Amino acid sequence: MKYMLLINSEESFYESVTEEQIGEIMAGYGRFTEELEAAGANVESNRLQPTSTATTVRVRDGKTATTDGPFAETKEQLGGYYVIDVPNLDDAIAFAAKIPSAEYGSVEVRPIWEM
Amino acid sequence: MATLIRVLGDFELAEDARQDAFVAALERWPETGLPRRPGAWIQTTARNKAIDRIRRQRVEQLPGDLRELSSSDEGIDRLITKLDQPIEDDQLRLIFTCCHPALTREAQVALTLSTVAGLRTEEIARAFLTPTPTLAQRLVRSKRKIRLAGIPFRVPPEELLPERLPQVLLVLYLIFNEGYSATDGDTLVRQELCDEAIRLGRLLVTLLPYESEALGLLALMMFQHSRRDSRTDDAGGLVLLEEQDRDRWDVELIAEAARLVRRARESHVAGTYLLQAEIAAQHSLARTAEQTDWCRIESLYRDILEREPTPVVALNHAVAVLMSDGPGAALALLERLAEPLTDYLYFHATLGEVLTRLGRVADARLAYTSALSLARNAHEQAFLRGKLAR
Repeated sequence: MKYMLLINSEESFYESVTEEQIGEIMAGYGRFTEELEAAGANVESNRLQPTSTATTVRVRDGKTATTDGPFAETKEQLGGYYVIDVPNLDDAIAFAAKIPSAEYGSVEVRPIWEM
Repeated sequence: MATLIRVLGDFELAEDARQDAFVAALERWPETGLPRRPGAWIQTTARNKAIDRIRRQRVEQLPGDLRELSSSDEGIDRLITKLDQPIEDDQLRLIFTCCHPALTREAQVALTLSTVAGLRTEEIARAFLTPTPTLAQRLVRSKRKIRLAGIPFRVPPEELLPERLPQVLLVLYLIFNEGYSATDGDTLVRQELCDEAIRLGRLLVTLLPYESEALGLLALMMFQHSRRDSRTDDAGGLVLLEEQDRDRWDVELIAEAARLVRRARESHVAGTYLLQAEIAAQHSLARTAEQTDWCRIESLYRDILEREPTPVVALNHAVAVLMSDGPGAALALLERLAEPLTDYLYFHATLGEVLTRLGRVADARLAYTSALSLARNAHEQAFLRGKLAR
């Protein structure tokens, strides 16, 4: 089954830590991605630019309205994602728990709608 | 049912097939008479109904594993063979699936009662004082989540067991307590909840014979259930442990529970269920209330407190200290709990008792008055008014 792992954390977190700590987190992400590759479970992954770069689009009565910023102001923001292919939810949870941001943010596990 | 779910890989399909079988039984049995083995009859019929449904359904609507099998007669034959080979573990798989941590606690309890215990939706709804449609919807939603989120139908591997088994035990204990502690609602259904929790507990220790906490929980439920006939008076009021008629306790159940505790002790690891069971054993094995070994109980509560340092456990420990070392020592412990337990009825009631024994009557009255303001039902109020009237 394919799952999307949505990585949420406070963007301000990265301003509150040292360069060195950020380096460690990134190295952690590197190791995690390698582990996924080795398990043949990695479909794709991306880090997102901060929400200050986001634009939200809505179409109402045929008119497109765009607004600056994310769709909702929340405490934690979506910062990146992985799409993984594993046999079941337990495996997806096990991988989600290994994502470095899970230790200071949260990871939402969503099954992908199979068409 | 468990085998149907394992082989079909789909809760809803399995349940529909079982429903079909019950309907068939209602139609056929009045004419043909009860079959020799009704359970087996239902099982075979449910299997046939499942096959019918699979044949009728469009391939794309079937769960993944069934798509290929259902496309040929040979595949259907293979499916029938699989359905006729129940694996002992199927029940265990089912319990773990129903208690998966990705489901809410309410859903875990409802699913376990519905799928593992086979209770009807109306029965579960009545027991939990929930409207039937709400409960039915909760069941539908959680079964859908199991399927769509890919919750595996299996006993968790060794490394996940320490995390998952406590979830299962908690669900069983919640089911038991729902039947045991509440005094309102339908008594018959509540009794059934206790019986079911114990039956599931027995199943669990048969399938996982070396898990001391599973043994401990089963023993704990049995000790409590052994007092079912003496714990309420004719008017439905609660009778305190020391005032219960011990001749009405179920001695066979007590003996069985005591054997379970001994068995659990062999593993040399004691979790909180086993420790609670040992406390219950001290009460159950004392011939009279006066003969209760409060020193042993006090030390068991200390062990629980070490593992679970919560104010409520500390209060229970203080009660044991009151009985083993007297009111002076208990009061010292209670004073530390005044703040965290300020809204807790049993804290104030215990404080009242301790102060009464110390001869501080005016302070005791204040404590009982606080307790009375927190009482939620008539039985509690009557009990506390009795204390205040002395």
